Amino acid sequence: MPTVSVKRDLLFQALGRTYTDEEFDELCFEFGLELDEITSEKEIISKEQGNVKAAGASDVVLYKIDVPANRYDLLCLEGLVRGLQVFKERIKAPVYKRVMPDGKIQKLIITEETAKIRPFAVAAVLRNIKFTKDRYDSFIELQEKLHQNICRKRALVAIGTHDLDTLSGPFTYTAKRPSDIKFKPLNKTKEYTACELMNIYKTDNHLKHYLHIIENKPLYPVIYDSNGVVLSMPPIINGDHSRITVNTRNIFIECTGTDFTKAKIVLDIIVTMFSEYCENQFTVEAAEVVFPNGKSHTFPELAYRKEMVRADLINKKVGIRETPENLAKLLTRMYLKSEVIGDGNQIEIEIPPTRADIIHACDIVEDAAIAYGYNNIQMTLPKTYTIANQFPLNKLTELLRHDMAAAGFTEALTFALCSQEDIADKLGVDISATKAVHISNPKTAEFQVARTTLLPGLLKTIAANRKMPLPLKLFEISDIVIKDSNTDVGAKNYRHLCAVYYNKNPGFEIIHGLLDRIMQLLDVLPGEDKGGYVIKASEVKMKPIKLELKIDERMDFGTMRILKHSKVIREDPEHCLSECPLKIDWCQTSASHNIPR
Amino acid sequence: MADGPVAELLLRRLEASDGGLDSAELAAELGMEHQAVVGAVKSLQALGEVIEAELRSTKRWELTAEGEEIAREGSHEARVFRSIPPEGLAQSELMRLPSGKVGFSKAMSNKWIRVDKSAADGPRVFRVVDSMEDEVQRRLQLVRGGQAEKLGEKERSELRKRKLLAEVGSWRDRPFKPYNFLAHGVLPDSGHLHPLLKVRSQFRQIFLEMGFTEMPTDNFIESSFWNFDALFQPQQHPARDQHDTFFLRDPAEALQLPMDYVQRVKRTHSQGGYGSQGYKYNWKLDEARKNLLRTHTTSASARALYRLAQKKPFTPVKYFSIDRVFRNETLDATHLAEFHQIEGVVADHGLTLGHLMGVLREFFTKLGITQLRFKPAYNPYTEPSMEVFSYHQGLKKWVEVGNSGVFRPEMLLPMGLPENVSVIAWGLSLERPTMIKYGINNIRELVGHKVNLQMVYDSPLCRLDAEPRPPPTQEAA
Repeated sequence: MPTVSVKRDLLFQALGRTYTDEEFDELCFEFGLELDEITSEKEIISKEQGNVKAAGASDVVLYKIDVPANRYDLLCLEGLVRGLQVFKERIKAPVYKRVMPDGKIQKLIITEETAKIRPFAVAAVLRNIKFTKDRYDSFIELQEKLHQNICRKRALVAIGTHDLDTLSGPFTYTAKRPSDIKFKPLNKTKEYTACELMNIYKTDNHLKHYLHIIENKPLYPVIYDSNGVVLSMPPIINGDHSRITVNTRNIFIECTGTDFTKAKIVLDIIVTMFSEYCENQFTVEAAEVVFPNGKSHTFPELAYRKEMVRADLINKKVGIRETPENLAKLLTRMYLKSEVIGDGNQIEIEIPPTRADIIHACDIVEDAAIAYGYNNIQMTLPKTYTIANQFPLNKLTELLRHDMAAAGFTEALTFALCSQEDIADKLGVDISATKAVHISNPKTAEFQVARTTLLPGLLKTIAANRKMPLPLKLFEISDIVIKDSNTDVGAKNYRHLCAVYYNKNPGFEIIHGLLDRIMQLLDVLPGEDKGGYVIKASEVKMKPIKLELKIDERMDFGTMRILKHSKVIREDPEHCLSECPLKIDWCQTSASHNIPR
Repeated sequence: MADGPVAELLLRRLEASDGGLDSAELAAELGMEHQAVVGAVKSLQALGEVIEAELRSTKRWELTAEGEEIAREGSHEARVFRSIPPEGLAQSELMRLPSGKVGFSKAMSNKWIRVDKSAADGPRVFRVVDSMEDEVQRRLQLVRGGQAEKLGEKERSELRKRKLLAEVGSWRDRPFKPYNFLAHGVLPDSGHLHPLLKVRSQFRQIFLEMGFTEMPTDNFIESSFWNFDALFQPQQHPARDQHDTFFLRDPAEALQLPMDYVQRVKRTHSQGGYGSQGYKYNWKLDEARKNLLRTHTTSASARALYRLAQKKPFTPVKYFSIDRVFRNETLDATHLAEFHQIEGVVADHGLTLGHLMGVLREFFTKLGITQLRFKPAYNPYTEPSMEVFSYHQGLKKWVEVGNSGVFRPEMLLPMGLPENVSVIAWGLSLERPTMIKYGINNIRELVGHKVNLQMVYDSPLCRLDAEPRPPPTQEAA
């Protein structure tokens, strides 16, 4: 969830009234925002870098507000204020207009070289804008928020904003070999080639995260004006030449990317938010983008879309009984200008370009519910009549774990993920023999594989609890994962039971006794006949003793053994333990569950 | 107290003595209670290897009133013997003597006397021997003289049976040290269930009480398709990033996907449909095939709902699950790479947001949480969505206790569910309520091998609805 940081006093000034912290928190809650933190620049710096560094910093109160991830229109002070003011019916939602310029339209020409790296671009102009320091900061901050969220850290879309008065169109968006791109980037004093820049930015804490997007591509995207001035090398850096300042009056905005829809949304958001400060408020000057196929499009789209939703649908989905007129009023408060039309049950809703999150009637239903107030909705119980069933395997597990505890064993709860070493080397098994599932992107060795046996977790639990009085008697009933090409995903869970006895003596007879007890609980008799269980010593010396179970021809469902020198608990060689892992899936009944597999 | 005056005195005496001391004798000598000396011995023993002590028991015997009489005047049988003159005595007369009855039979069995039943005036008793040794009197005199140990165990017990002798200082008449109920009893040997799984059992129980059927969730490995795409979560969504999700190297891709359904999902994402604008991007099958460790149990709910959709006609259901999910997250005191997710789902015709809130109210009431409020929120696969907050008495603020919503039509309709069927759902983590309930601040002490077994041994029953709110904990986030 993105967090927007705004100056409290600036916010209240724009809202035209002040709130106590509690009042504002309440307003946020109602609207679906969250007042996450009340702080100041000074407090933030002092928290992160200590009091000394914070000495000169501003102590203007900041509100950090959590915004829903799909509400790009609330990512800056301007948008928040507009949203809240409309919600509180203090203003009417402004209408955003795209206008043609008096003179020549600004043109951005896309060449076909961009196709393989970053094929899409859109552009617009904000004419006669009036910045202040706060407005300028907000403008920069909004771009950063968009970059981090909808733009997916610039991978999908990158934004460039330029002082149009320093440039001369038409502009060309092309892609060139890095060595052929040379310009003075933002905040540098001399020119560098793209190759040099990529090296320099490797150590730049901010920019290094974006280099991978184009790093290994043969051609880098770049935008020139008609004089060959570099506007930007998206998605990395803008040129210094066209940098905007607080005094900039005319802004050329370009968004390049790999996702055309998102590029258009991003452009719409920027221009709707900041056209507020243009001489002709909420008016945006169009720009023309010529695609490699020769077709040209005009941006920003600033499209208003009409949706029709029946009032009774909204009432039925929310569980309220409001008149169509009231519903239209509620929706209008959510920035969705609505009116009742037709048979008096139809509501026509206008989706403004700021509300790209509205893609279905259910989004409109939600907004009606929010404006109505979630906490004003009458709670009722559905009449859905059902008979409950337990998942048979879990039912068996629940029964068994209680009786394991009654048998004096204590339940452990260990991780399903572990290192390769845990399930292989440490148990004297080759990793290839485990048929384990391997994770491709573990941050540490602790998450290399999914466990193929419960034993490592129990051994580690003992290792971490060696201070406890002996003996330690532990068990776990949980899932392990084995590769299996017969399933749709190629892997399958198995429910295992594992028990260990840890003491100065092996206590093999205790584990043996526990095994007999488990068999008793599962109503399996000892002995070869009548589907009983048989324990046999494995043929190879020093290998675990094998259990054989003759139910449904399923043999070999576990082992019992003494571990004399476990690598997990190697520090105290005088102790040893017995263990018995069992597969318990076999005794699951497949009948009587009403969710088919 | 080991450093008390008695202990010190005891040590001094021990030092001076040769071959140890008798505590009883010492007590007598010092003129103090025997218990005081024993107490000093015990405290010195508790210090370790300071003194050695062994338990000795001594028994003292004393004569009963009857025994006293016999020691003084001779046994009944001796008295009977003596009272018989050489010419004999009529048995009836003998029986009238004080020692007559007891003495007669004893003297008979000792063969000191005989009975002549043929005498003219009834049976008559005569001496058989001229003299006899009154062994009983002698023995009792020994005891009276403090020499009871000279008697054999058998002789003593014979006297005791005749109630002539009694053990002195029997525990029955001694005063006892009071029980110390401040000390702990000895706990029974037992096994214990893990606290988190005790809470899991309670949540299962609650769902079952509410008529919810348990979904199969025994598949940690899931395809991106079921984990994300089926839920209408776009392929560029941040959750699908390498930084957030564990992807698999082997098996890297799902082998089978329900291709008809996949096509419908693809169309809904890339072009829209079912009344939706869609996300308008290039949806890729390769991305959907990527295997991962499921990031939520909602993937299992999606599978269950898809199966439900294939069953005609539609029947309403209530489903739940509690199982592990995995996130490739940065670990801290409250976050691990794996945790348990609790999920509830209801599918029926015409369900409303009010129904969702009603079900949530019943569910949380069973958890002992009655003060609820709902905040609008955003989830990729539910709309409307609401976060559930409850007022925490300890923290004195509203804290989030769960997330909920109505599944999007873009998720349900491609599955084949009827258009007027709504599915409401909610979820929460198992760990967080457990940590709050048991006052645990570091999740590693609860889950995983670093668990403190003592904590497992000591954890109380889990009764979610029948207790006051837990004390404030520092980590509630």
